[in-house]
Amino acid sequence: MLMTKFKAAAAALAFAAAPAAADVDLQFYFPVAVGGAAANTIEELTAEYVAANEGVNIEAIYAGSYQDTVAKALTAARGGNAPQLSVILSVDMFTLYDEDLIHSFDTFATSDEDKAWLKSFYPAFMENSQIDGKTYGIPFQRSTPVLYWNKEAFKAAGLDPEHAPATWEEMVEMGKQLTIKDDNGNVTQWGVRIPSSGFPYWLFQGLTTENGAILATDGGTKTNFDDPKVVEALEYLVDLSKEHEVMAPGIIEWGATPKAFFEGQTAMMWTSTGNLTNVRNNAPFDFGVAMLPANVRRGAPTGGGNFYLFKGSDEAETKAAFDFIKWITQPNQAAKWSIATGYVAPSPATWDTEVMKQYAADFPPALVARDQLEHAVAELSTYENQRVTRVFNDALAAAITGEKTAADALKEAQAQAEAILKPYR
Amino acid sequence: MSWDRALNTVGAWALALLWVLPLAYAIWTAFHPAAYEANFTLWAPLTLENFAKAWSAAPFGRYFLNTFILVTAILIGQFILGTLAAYAFARYSFPGRGLLFGLVLVQLMIMPDILIVENYKLIRALDLIDTIPAIALPYIASGFGIFLLRQTFLSVPKELEEAAQIEGMSALGVLMKVYVPLALPTYLAYGLVSVSHHWNNFLWPLIITNSVETRPVTVGLSIFASIDSGVEWSVINAATLMTSGPLLLAFLLFQRQFVQSFMRAGIK
Amino acid sequence: MQRTRQWIHAWLLLLPAFVFLLAFTHVPAITTLWNSFWTTARGRRPSRWAGLDNYDTLIADPVFWKVLVNNIWFAIGTIPTSIVIALVMAVWVNQKLAGRGFVRMAYFTPTVLPMIAVANIWMFFYTPGFGLIDQITGLFGMAQSNILGQSDTALVGVMIVTIWKEAGFFMIFYLAALQTIPPSLIEAARIEGAGPWTIFRRVTFPLLMPTTLFVSVNAVVNSFRMVDHIFILTGGGPDNASSLLLFYIYEVAFRFWDTAYAATLTVVLLAILAALAIGQFFFFDRKVHYK
Repeated sequence: MLMTKFKAAAAALAFAAAPAAADVDLQFYFPVAVGGAAANTIEELTAEYVAANEGVNIEAIYAGSYQDTVAKALTAARGGNAPQLSVILSVDMFTLYDEDLIHSFDTFATSDEDKAWLKSFYPAFMENSQIDGKTYGIPFQRSTPVLYWNKEAFKAAGLDPEHAPATWEEMVEMGKQLTIKDDNGNVTQWGVRIPSSGFPYWLFQGLTTENGAILATDGGTKTNFDDPKVVEALEYLVDLSKEHEVMAPGIIEWGATPKAFFEGQTAMMWTSTGNLTNVRNNAPFDFGVAMLPANVRRGAPTGGGNFYLFKGSDEAETKAAFDFIKWITQPNQAAKWSIATGYVAPSPATWDTEVMKQYAADFPPALVARDQLEHAVAELSTYENQRVTRVFNDALAAAITGEKTAADALKEAQAQAEAILKPYR
Repeated sequence: MSWDRALNTVGAWALALLWVLPLAYAIWTAFHPAAYEANFTLWAPLTLENFAKAWSAAPFGRYFLNTFILVTAILIGQFILGTLAAYAFARYSFPGRGLLFGLVLVQLMIMPDILIVENYKLIRALDLIDTIPAIALPYIASGFGIFLLRQTFLSVPKELEEAAQIEGMSALGVLMKVYVPLALPTYLAYGLVSVSHHWNNFLWPLIITNSVETRPVTVGLSIFASIDSGVEWSVINAATLMTSGPLLLAFLLFQRQFVQSFMRAGIK
Repeated sequence: MQRTRQWIHAWLLLLPAFVFLLAFTHVPAITTLWNSFWTTARGRRPSRWAGLDNYDTLIADPVFWKVLVNNIWFAIGTIPTSIVIALVMAVWVNQKLAGRGFVRMAYFTPTVLPMIAVANIWMFFYTPGFGLIDQITGLFGMAQSNILGQSDTALVGVMIVTIWKEAGFFMIFYLAALQTIPPSLIEAARIEGAGPWTIFRRVTFPLLMPTTLFVSVNAVVNSFRMVDHIFILTGGGPDNASSLLLFYIYEVAFRFWDTAYAATLTVVLLAILAALAIGQFFFFDRKVHYK
């Protein structure tokens, strides 16, 4: 089933011949937020590695959602049996560091080849992977939000179906043309849908970045929630429903968003690249994928999970885990993973592999995410990350539902975040 | 009079239709392709694919087994501990009886469900995190169960016990041969409440389990449903029907007996 | 001598149950209080005595007050409604009725389906645009709703699901109790010339009083305990508008990993439950005799 113990047949033979060389047993926690195919790919890759490396066993454990995985890893580490490696959200880096649970990769990357490997990833992804110049996370299961649009709806509204909105104003104008009302004046198709349930900060960070703001600075100890540019971005988001009436009012459910898109309830949606395969399989119409529209600049956050190397195991085990991470993030393996799941391949070299080129040629939308990376910034991440983002999410929700003005909500959130982060400076 | 009856019938049916709606929707989506999740056309094509999909996407067989083990373990524990304690309260007088019974009643209000933080620490200290016993332990001694069985035991005629004692039966013998058989309806009614409660319990197992080997169905379902790429009602509902199916069937088949056991158990 | 042996017997019989009762209910309740006076230990900083600091945080925490008020509304909104509906349902299926089997089965479904699964289904019902409620109201030309996505209706949306669950469960208890009422009693009242409503008020309802006590104790406890569906429906949002005390405790303890503050919140919950227990005891004391 999903949890499998991989044991190379060769290892058994080697054991019989030379009992001196003890096996290294590794535990590897991984979250799969995308469903069955991803889990299978992880297992295939793990099995391939184990078969090629005598004396290493890897127990790949499907630990549930990102939330579950970090909780499980924290629990296990506190109980003294941390896994050697795990894929966990990149934004949880400060928490893991603060709990003193993870190794820096620099400790193990001693050879020139290893050091080059650490530099082989997109800088946008590495922003969420380093503290004080040291690397604590290796990008693997990474994503970024993009805009999906329904080409048929565009055609019906008299718009160019091959042209997605490139700016904020354009999105509003097109949105107005795409919003359709019935005879009773009730909306049957909205122009755009930016989901705001659960973790609204992520998509909202697209807007703040486009407006030239950076949400967290100073190594995760300071937030800029009340920056006027952030306030402006929030006002834009609120006005999409309130002023321009191109988006449904109130909190918009993340989980129901693809379905709403398929049902023709909205002509455009913002959501993760992790949804590419889902949309490709289920949209009953021709669709396009574009970068998020720009305001003062293009911009988007990155998202998703990194590899972490946990403390608490002996040298040989940690070294083996390090080698495995190095292997699985090499271009060929990363390409296989990216194609199977829709996650963005984390290094330029991966995009240069033959399989990846072939995939991109077959399915050009996959390239949009890659091209957006040069505009991307780190996903909001601080110490006490869950709590700080929660404060921020609450402020966004308060503004979206009209309980507070954008400025007030963000000012309060900033004050609360200050109080939480002060001890960490 | 007949007007009255008609009105009652209409009301009862209206409420029934409202109440059965979630189940009806689950059945609808589970047996139709995803495109019909929000599209209720009478002749929509039927399919079993959602079940296959759900089955292959998550180890529901294992979750199901975990839940089964969990519910059985809790039930056995509750029966044994509850019977012994209830017997002591019903038929013995001893110092501290009032105080101890008070402590039992406290658990009717303050259940382990709300003490998640401290119970989590205790389980961690016992090194039982992510095990099935960890899910079960806080519920093994149930204040409700003890209270209920005590009420039933109190209603057993003393003469029956005395007769058994004259025949030379030991205290435990009396309990097993006289009290337990007479309390069978209570055991049945209480057992059904306990099973349905723990079969559907979510928060504590969510906190205390981390892996496929221990996760009960509810936690498995929630993980399965909270995927990045949007809710797929057809597959989720197929999974729901699969995992609640046995309980659903058992309740539907035995609802009459169920209510009767409640009646005879004097749960009222 | 004989008496001492009896005592020892009784205590031995109680021992196993009390080990677990104390370990998982009474002792944790006390350690909760104790831990609320300490700070949370973090990887690099051990726990230290905090005095009343956590309580100061609590009083200054707007989210705490919000979820507390929510929880009070939640209790007021769900307890009486679900009890009344349960009673009505039980009365209906206890009399002769066309299709009684189906009706009873329908009322039973909430007991069998896990909340976590049902919440997904209700989420579809509530979904704006293509959700069931909007599809139906749309037929009458009404505009889209967003029940779970607006701060003034999200809690109501959660409450409706709770009532659905609770009423179905409590119905079973009332139904069992109704069946124990001797038909001769009702018949006698009818011969005296009492109408159905008078019979219900004067005969049936008083006889159901012990059930009402039992059910209401359960309903009160559940209103502070049932948070499963919130995980799926709203996650406590928007801006904590549908969050309840226990859900907040879960978040603080297992998402923010601030166990000391979670303990402080739990103390409040324990205090509320204790107060309600005492209140109910006095309220029902005269009306019901449990012995």
